[in-house]
Amino acid sequence: MSQITGSEAVIKSLISEGVHTIFGYPGGAIMPIYDALYDYKEQINHILVRHEQGGIHAAQGFARTSETCGVCLATSGPGATNLITGLADAMIDSTPLVCITGQVASHLLGTDAFQETDVIGISMPVTKWNVQVKRAEDIPVALAKAFYIARSGRPGPVLVDITKDAQFGMMDFDYKLCTDIRSYFPNPVVDKEAIDNAANLLNQAKKPYILVGQGITLSNAEQVLLDFVEKSGIPVASTLLGLGAFPPDHPLYVGYLGMHGNYAPNVKTNECDVLLAIGMRFDDRVTGDVSRYAKQAKIIHIDIDFAELNKIVTNEVSVHADAKEALDSLITKVEKRSHDAWLQEFRDAEKLEMDAVIIDAIHPKHDRLQMAEVVNMLSEKTNGQAIIVSDVGQHQMVTSRYYQYKAQNTNITSGGLGTMGFALPAAIGAKLGNPSKTVVAIIGDGGFQMTIQELGTILQFKIDVKILILNNNFLGMVRQWQEMFFEKRYSFTDIVNPNFTQIAKGYSIDSKRIDQRIELSDALDEMLDSKSAFLLEAVVEQEENVFPMVATGASVSEIRLK
Amino acid sequence: MENAYNISVFTENSVGMLNRITIIFTRRNINIESITASESELEGIHRYTIVINESKETVRKVVSQIEKVIDVVKAFYHSDEEVVYQEIALYKIPTNVLASGGEAERIVRSHHARILTIEPEFTILEKTGYPDEIKELFLELKPFGLLEFVRSGRVAISKPMKTLEKHIEDMNNEKII
Repeated sequence: MSQITGSEAVIKSLISEGVHTIFGYPGGAIMPIYDALYDYKEQINHILVRHEQGGIHAAQGFARTSETCGVCLATSGPGATNLITGLADAMIDSTPLVCITGQVASHLLGTDAFQETDVIGISMPVTKWNVQVKRAEDIPVALAKAFYIARSGRPGPVLVDITKDAQFGMMDFDYKLCTDIRSYFPNPVVDKEAIDNAANLLNQAKKPYILVGQGITLSNAEQVLLDFVEKSGIPVASTLLGLGAFPPDHPLYVGYLGMHGNYAPNVKTNECDVLLAIGMRFDDRVTGDVSRYAKQAKIIHIDIDFAELNKIVTNEVSVHADAKEALDSLITKVEKRSHDAWLQEFRDAEKLEMDAVIIDAIHPKHDRLQMAEVVNMLSEKTNGQAIIVSDVGQHQMVTSRYYQYKAQNTNITSGGLGTMGFALPAAIGAKLGNPSKTVVAIIGDGGFQMTIQELGTILQFKIDVKILILNNNFLGMVRQWQEMFFEKRYSFTDIVNPNFTQIAKGYSIDSKRIDQRIELSDALDEMLDSKSAFLLEAVVEQEENVFPMVATGASVSEIRLK
Repeated sequence: MENAYNISVFTENSVGMLNRITIIFTRRNINIESITASESELEGIHRYTIVINESKETVRKVVSQIEKVIDVVKAFYHSDEEVVYQEIALYKIPTNVLASGGEAERIVRSHHARILTIEPEFTILEKTGYPDEIKELFLELKPFGLLEFVRSGRVAISKPMKTLEKHIEDMNNEKII
């Protein structure tokens, strides 16, 4: 066997893992890998981003929409530190990533060499696993382990740091997929007794209630969830990242949970008698004051991550399992039932929100455009089939509330970390993973400017991403809190914006700016019909508030409609 | 209610393991009272003994997080009553205080301390026991001009009988199914 360099081994390892698209930015310590990549341009499509944070968010968008592992490359030092936000985001939102960073030559480790940083130490708290490789021959094993860990169990980001001498070193290439690590147990066996106990509780329940999270999507449990819900007749609500896991137009779907979620699913959490939570982790944005959360209910929690069980709430039954495997088993044990009176309670509560909030939001009487009507019309025009990548803030909550995610793997947003600047690069990744689908990034005027440089990536690689900026000339969510909880002291939330359409023009991206309701429909059509990237700036009401709202410290029962 | 808990962590012997474990405590602002690490009865598997003062609920959650670390094989927690534990301490004292006979020699004998080394300048004593026994000897030797003192931190073995090997075997059996 003829020897190859460690760098070429990196590329061949990626190909062995089925990787065909990667995101990255070159630099000194990763130059040998980029040199090797030059010979594999036919097999691997490398997208040159404009900043490493853009690279990792793009890899996240790619991974989350195409059910595969995202890959990104960065150099040592600042290249590696620029990945940290994306790693933290992927960690808390369970996104499988393999990040490869270059590192100074091994004899320079610890010497404060140029662009040396302790990336292993820095990234340790925000990766599922990381490793430094100092010898060429160790590269395939490290990468095989990296892909296995990133994808299996509860997915997450992994970082492999490769010293420059390892990249230059010669080795015999032989790639074996990793299928087992002695200390790692990613596939828990479904406990039959726990399933029986869960089924008994559900079969006897008078007011059972199901909460679903991203675990449904990650385990491909959408179909069995639908079957399970239809058999058991239990109303189902979704977390932010669970949107899209269950059809929003289904008669048993009762809405979106959490701080800016729907009224009924929040209030009813404190009225159900059995609560079945699947692949969700009782985030504080879902529970509100946890000491007054679902105290009357017996909780059944299904999660693949053992540490999530009994972490926030105390379970009656814990099922440590993959969501799909657990549901495959549980569906055989539940009785066919219906809960019409209980479901009607949701519908009655829903009407309160409809009258107090929703009708006015999507058919507003105000002169200025409202975020909700823009999102609602986009949802109708795309029939809920587009991949929607939202950023963080008011527009994100409005998008989650008013976009009807009818297709799987179409809801991409930064949930746990709340990373402003996530959407534009993540949309780039989502489009590359789904060339035939419409991808719309919905972004606020603040978040857009956090990763605005990625317009350059769109320009260079002709990526057909639709960018919908909901511009209220404010850092709107913080402003809303300042209005409600800080006596309208708008401390540094009014933001002076550039001319976004002029900027788009600079990047050869078609664009349009609207500020009248009458222009909305045509503008959305123009954006959706365009054959290339398009930026639509919708100037919306400046001081619009997102309601309902469970204020910090309040119980979900105390959700405010205004 | 806060109590002392003994956390035993069994890990692969890989670079950075100590950091991977301690950052879990750091993130939660939990102070580590004592930590020791070395190879366990299984070759290649390291054993950490960590003592913290926290509520049982907190300890349970922290141990779950420790078990999530990829290279951690297994982690357990036990109250003081559920383990047998000891510390080792070394005391360096001037040899002449022993040579002059009497009180210092009596203290060493009554505490069952061992003499490890006698040099013309200094003598090194070793004492294994509970922390308060070690402290007591320390306080009694102090007036004689204690030159240096070091203690190991706690090592602990749980009273329940299931062996680590059995745990690993059980976990791997689950994998095969």
